[in-house]
Amino acid sequence: MKVKSPLEIYRLLPKTNCKECGYDTCMSLAAHIIDRSAKPEDCKPLVEDAKHDDEARQNLEKLIELTSPEIDEVIVGKDLKIGGEEVLHRHELTFFNPTALFFDVWDTMDDKEIDRRCSKVVGYRKFYVGRFLTLDGIAVRCTSGNPERFAEVAKKVAGYGSPIVLVSLNASCMRAALEAVGEHNPLIYAATLENWEEFLKLALEFKTPVVVRSQDLDALKSLAATFRSSGVKVVLDPVTEPVGEGLRETFERVIQLRRTAILGGDKEIACPLIITPIAAWKAEGDAVSRAYWETVIASLFIIKYGDAMILHSLEPYTIMPLIMLRANIYTDPRTPVQVEAGLREINSPDPDSPVFITTNFALTYYTVESDLTSGKIKGWLLVLDTEGLGVEVSVAGGQFTAEKVKELIDKTGVAEKVNHSYLVIPGLAARLQGAIEDETGWRVLVGPTDSGRIKGWLEKNWPPK
Amino acid sequence: MRLNLEEFFKLLSKYEIEEIEGLKLEGDIEIEIEEGAAIDVINEINLAMQHLMKALSMLGAAPVTPSLPSAPVPHREFRLLEEKFEPLPVKYSGTIQEVQLGAKRSEGGSRGSVVKLGGERSLPFYLFDSPQPNLPAIAIDVFDRPIPLPKAVREHYSDVMENPGEWAKKAVKLGADVVTIHLVSTDPLIDDTPPGEAAKVVEEVLQAVKVPVIVGGSGNKEKDPVVLEKAAEVAEGERLLLASATLDMDWERIGNAAKNHGHVVLSWTQMDMNNQKTLNRYLLKRLELPRESLVMDPTTAALGYGLDYAYTNMERIRIAGLKGDEDLSFPISSGTTNAWGAREAWMKDSPIEGDTSWGPRELRGPLWEITTGLTLSLAGVDLFMMMHPAAVAVMKEFMATLGGRKDRIETEDWVGVEL
Ligand code: SF4
Repeated sequence: MKVKSPLEIYRLLPKTNCKECGYDTCMSLAAHIIDRSAKPEDCKPLVEDAKHDDEARQNLEKLIELTSPEIDEVIVGKDLKIGGEEVLHRHELTFFNPTALFFDVWDTMDDKEIDRRCSKVVGYRKFYVGRFLTLDGIAVRCTSGNPERFAEVAKKVAGYGSPIVLVSLNASCMRAALEAVGEHNPLIYAATLENWEEFLKLALEFKTPVVVRSQDLDALKSLAATFRSSGVKVVLDPVTEPVGEGLRETFERVIQLRRTAILGGDKEIACPLIITPIAAWKAEGDAVSRAYWETVIASLFIIKYGDAMILHSLEPYTIMPLIMLRANIYTDPRTPVQVEAGLREINSPDPDSPVFITTNFALTYYTVESDLTSGKIKGWLLVLDTEGLGVEVSVAGGQFTAEKVKELIDKTGVAEKVNHSYLVIPGLAARLQGAIEDETGWRVLVGPTDSGRIKGWLEKNWPPK
Repeated sequence: MRLNLEEFFKLLSKYEIEEIEGLKLEGDIEIEIEEGAAIDVINEINLAMQHLMKALSMLGAAPVTPSLPSAPVPHREFRLLEEKFEPLPVKYSGTIQEVQLGAKRSEGGSRGSVVKLGGERSLPFYLFDSPQPNLPAIAIDVFDRPIPLPKAVREHYSDVMENPGEWAKKAVKLGADVVTIHLVSTDPLIDDTPPGEAAKVVEEVLQAVKVPVIVGGSGNKEKDPVVLEKAAEVAEGERLLLASATLDMDWERIGNAAKNHGHVVLSWTQMDMNNQKTLNRYLLKRLELPRESLVMDPTTAALGYGLDYAYTNMERIRIAGLKGDEDLSFPISSGTTNAWGAREAWMKDSPIEGDTSWGPRELRGPLWEITTGLTLSLAGVDLFMMMHPAAVAVMKEFMATLGGRKDRIETEDWVGVEL
């Protein structure tokens, strides 16, 4: 966004501190708008006034303009946001909308296979830091050249309810598909120098966002400018070449586009970027090499500015690293990754259940908690405030100490809830065993180094002899 | 795709993929259909514009206004706005120090090859800002005793784990530019191997391979300085990388060992840019370690287990160095093998209810190491310490590609074809 100081925003707010936005003062809302945790439209009085008052309307418009993201935000489907980024490096603020991952089906594929692939996309789940990571949508590709078939498959895929990208360079195929599923706000792929005029008409008629595609950046910018001047939402495809010098040049095009948009203020190309790692499947090699290389391309552009992607491999071994990388890169570096310290009851424990201890680093905590829950283990879980550090680091750094363990045991009153005094500590904290025994008077058992192995460990070690 | 590396394909065949196609690529359909066409269309539009301008000027309308479409344009509903894309150039004032590992006979050592790290004047692989003189190097880890390793890694080394010399040779065969010998057995809690004996292992590795060597301790704060000092002595002039000096051990002794015997120091801190700056300053200012004898390890965390911190920390360090912070403008090393600490890399399948199955771990594991390394290569890492041969092969291919060391290979467009 253009403004850096909340004062510039405050100037344009009503300054009545009426608290309707949920913040105590107008200044506070301004500060939240700056870090993008709130929007100008959250000031309801201003929105109301803007309906009849000219000055208020101007202020609101000005605010929206001043605070709109550097890179345009485009919505696909109901509410999948792509783009909307502000910075080139995540430490400068944060990245906002995680790279949207679309997986392909094509219309000459048999219906069973289409269903199988669609179910995989919508059904995919990977638990990570307290939530399940999922995939975003499906790219329907026209390989038949037949408008009716393309429309039929698009309709079938739309039935899965995920956002869609329609892939065809042929305007009559695209028209047929849009007539079938246009109401679902698909992203249409792609307008080129050959077909742009017909695609522009389609985009205006069906009110859908459009990918413009060219590896010549002058042409790409010309296409983007043309579509945007007609009010169409644009996503840029500078063409992903999968291997060799072509891949290096793709990297260069992507960096130049994003950098020139953000640092150079070139508004015409300040649009989300779509990358197509699927191109790796037209390179030489067996299925595993291609799947690996597709993952390499996707990883590269999850880190460097890809806002949406079309992929082919639905193998869990390629999907998992990608969605975890995406989760890492798009984690807001400003928010602490801690959970509250204290005592948690897992699976309604009883006085005979074991007592475990872990740290308040969100990743560690959720891993342990979900391992215990999924393993149907009843237990008492002590969560130690290690200032958000993991076990190994906090043991080494002195945030995980025997004294702090004693404090936590006393404060939570866990001793009254159980009829034993055995504490299971993480394997990575083994060196504190003696110190914790001395400090607390509890018997300390050293658990496994990975909480995924607690179940097996308990079978051998619990109840203690 | 051309992964070029026989070894990688051999590995794949181990995963029971029978058919491995030839390595050469013969694409016959081109992606760049737009290029010529672009010019055609633009020309056509220019022409149309000129006609229109002429017609209008004859009618007495102002011919200068560029927003012609506002006038009623016959027959054409839209026109293509002609734009030129001007990329924004970025230049940094600083240069990352170039550091050489290994020394040839003429340089006082006995290495057959040396490795140069650093020398960048731009963000990694931003060749359009500045050429990148050295591509990142890859070191493969070797240990002085058998150690527990994930199955997918172990199976490649199980035949050499008893013999560090043989292990080092195998590492070179698998693509290592550098070999790291970790003297883990010196840990008083493991074998408590005396420094003199550990130094013999270093000599053995130096004899076995011709590539530069990194010597790692056991992580024991009291013993490492003594062990590394002894290794430095016996390898006089070889430009070893001594791994590592840390703030909480006798960095002075390790630094002096490097300075006095012609080696390089790895300055290792725990994901804290300020500590990294402090330790580097101590080594450079207090010990007067030459700038060309310092590499830093700001700590690598695995994908899913703190990689975001590691990435951002390294990226900030690199940007600071490029912007002229002389305490941070050094090559960066990454213990990428740490990727195998992630359960997703080695566990048979998810222990968590509700997860989609994780897929075969022998394919998942190497990809975990690749993704971790690849991410950090984009933050500025110059030296990767790795283990899985497939991960090494793919990382090399990736870096050679982005580093501009590969030819153009045409591939067919994926858009309208079955895969
Ligand atoms: S709702 Fe508007 S006027 Fe009221 S406190 Fe918030 S910003 Fe100020």
